[in-house]
Amino acid sequence: MKDSLTLAGKEINNRLFIGTGKFPSKEILKKVLAQAQSEVVTVALRRIDLESKEDNILDFIPKNCQILTNTSGARTAKEAIRIARLAKACGCGDWIKLEVISDNKYLLPDNLETIEATKVLASEGFKIFAYMSPDLSVAKKLIQVKATAIMPLGSPIGSKRGVKTKELVKILIKEIDAPIIVDAGIGYPSEAAECMELGCSAVLVNTAIATAKDPVEMAVSFDLAVKAGRLACRNVNQETSEFAKASSPLTGFLRDE
Amino acid sequence: MNENLSFYSLYSKYKNLDFSTYFKKVNDDEIINSFNKRSLNPDNLLALLSVKAENYIETMAQKAKDLSLQHFGRAILLYTPLYLSNYCINECLYCGFNSKVKFKRKKLSLEEVEKEATFIAKTGLQHILILTGESEQITPLSYIKECIQLLKKYFTSISIEIFPLKTNEYKELVALGVDGLTIYQEVYDEKIYSQVHLKGPKKDYAHRLDTAQRAGDAKMRTINIGALLGLGDWRKEAFFMLLHAKYLQDLYPEIEISVSLPRLRPQVKNFKAISKVSDKNIVQIITAARIFLPRLGITLSTRENSSLRDNLLPLGITKISAGSTTAVGGHINSKEKDVQFEIADQRDVATIRRMLLAKGYQPVLKDWVGV
Repeated sequence: MKDSLTLAGKEINNRLFIGTGKFPSKEILKKVLAQAQSEVVTVALRRIDLESKEDNILDFIPKNCQILTNTSGARTAKEAIRIARLAKACGCGDWIKLEVISDNKYLLPDNLETIEATKVLASEGFKIFAYMSPDLSVAKKLIQVKATAIMPLGSPIGSKRGVKTKELVKILIKEIDAPIIVDAGIGYPSEAAECMELGCSAVLVNTAIATAKDPVEMAVSFDLAVKAGRLACRNVNQETSEFAKASSPLTGFLRDE
Repeated sequence: MNENLSFYSLYSKYKNLDFSTYFKKVNDDEIINSFNKRSLNPDNLLALLSVKAENYIETMAQKAKDLSLQHFGRAILLYTPLYLSNYCINECLYCGFNSKVKFKRKKLSLEEVEKEATFIAKTGLQHILILTGESEQITPLSYIKECIQLLKKYFTSISIEIFPLKTNEYKELVALGVDGLTIYQEVYDEKIYSQVHLKGPKKDYAHRLDTAQRAGDAKMRTINIGALLGLGDWRKEAFFMLLHAKYLQDLYPEIEISVSLPRLRPQVKNFKAISKVSDKNIVQIITAARIFLPRLGITLSTRENSSLRDNLLPLGITKISAGSTTAVGGHINSKEKDVQFEIADQRDVATIRRMLLAKGYQPVLKDWVGV
């Protein structure tokens, strides 16, 4: 049964997005993408060397993959905006994974600068996938300024600690009318499955695949887990109430008059 | 710079600590506890650098490898040094460019800089580190700026390892496109510092110590500090260097902080290392560094021989030099003999790239985009 995801008008059939930064070689990355049949791949503009004949990472990514250029290295909205424009000028397209990080210790995103950059870039026609610390009001503002998707972190980048922000992500899924894609922190396929089961539209994984003993096998296992989680999501009765139910109601004394 | 804020105050807190007595008291539990903690304090770092911790070197290495993979993956950045000039007014006993050493000094003309740049660029490298001795007369900032302007045509990332500058001068260089600063304190022990730096502006310990901070205030993107291992007791030196790195990380969360662990190489006759640093000691420093500061960059230069470098890689190295020379004009003329120090790993960029891939690491030639 077809269950595709539409992002910025494009149909995506594989909900496992793969980050490319930490692989042992570009050849292995190529095999991973082929085996996992990923359709959306993030690449940092800082790593793209268009002039290199043998070393241009884009040559190792299948042509049917959608490139999501990330703004890694940007510390402010201003820098992120410049990197995004440069990416477009280099021919990397207008899908941007907006990453504004002014903290190298934990690599946590700066939500305020991210809103600022989204506002400018989305108005210029960029499709913004905003990496953020999960926060409902920030997510709402990002959507107001026309972000394409919200990418809350599960736990800090590379930490492989799992989806520690689960409760906040669940709220985003429920309240935000745009794709929620968990990015960062997913260490195991079971965690990817859990994200999908909760109702995420997709997940993005890099470290867990790139640093596995066999990245190709690990990518396949993530692919299966994402598919399993997605199927489950479509078939379980989701709701356990998110709202508090007081055991001694304060309005129990009211009578119909 | 905020005058009230300096690493010197933190250094002062520990400088009179009797390290050898302290290390003797460290017990096994403290060491085990230190590498199992998520967030380490300076006492934990001391435990990891203690003599007794050598008994745990394999466990520390495994832990360091896991942390490195987690935070940096299987990618290692390559760069090469480009020496612009060896004129120097400082008298540093351990250095080949010491003003008292007699040899024919050389400064590259812009044409020569371009030749070196063309040669390096052909190897595919995109990150470059430019170096000079200290001579404001012969290599003033204006000359360095001209070189940078020219090098920008060839490289994505330009770092400098030149004489210490003022904050506003760093700002000018950042605006011009410089994104990295390398500055070694050489030796954190103040007494030894004054014994090995006889004359010249470099004699000012405190001014050098605060250099990284002046560059930080100027919003330099990466800052690499280091201690020249062999000048002082290495356990103490490694401790202060890593404490300095943490201080900078805390002060400038937006800046990538890294350290180098250069061991003294033969370059000057009659100068012998004050303390011996074995390969095992280097391993202990790298692993302690990685466990203490999991996101710290660690740079390994060609001062070390090829087989040791290859073995150190998985322990936490994030950046290595390749195709190096420490002679002015040495990329074009490999026979140039007036070197700052002798290098031990002579492999060219292509060989280093093959070695990395064979060991399961991706050689990264470009990891920055000037904005």
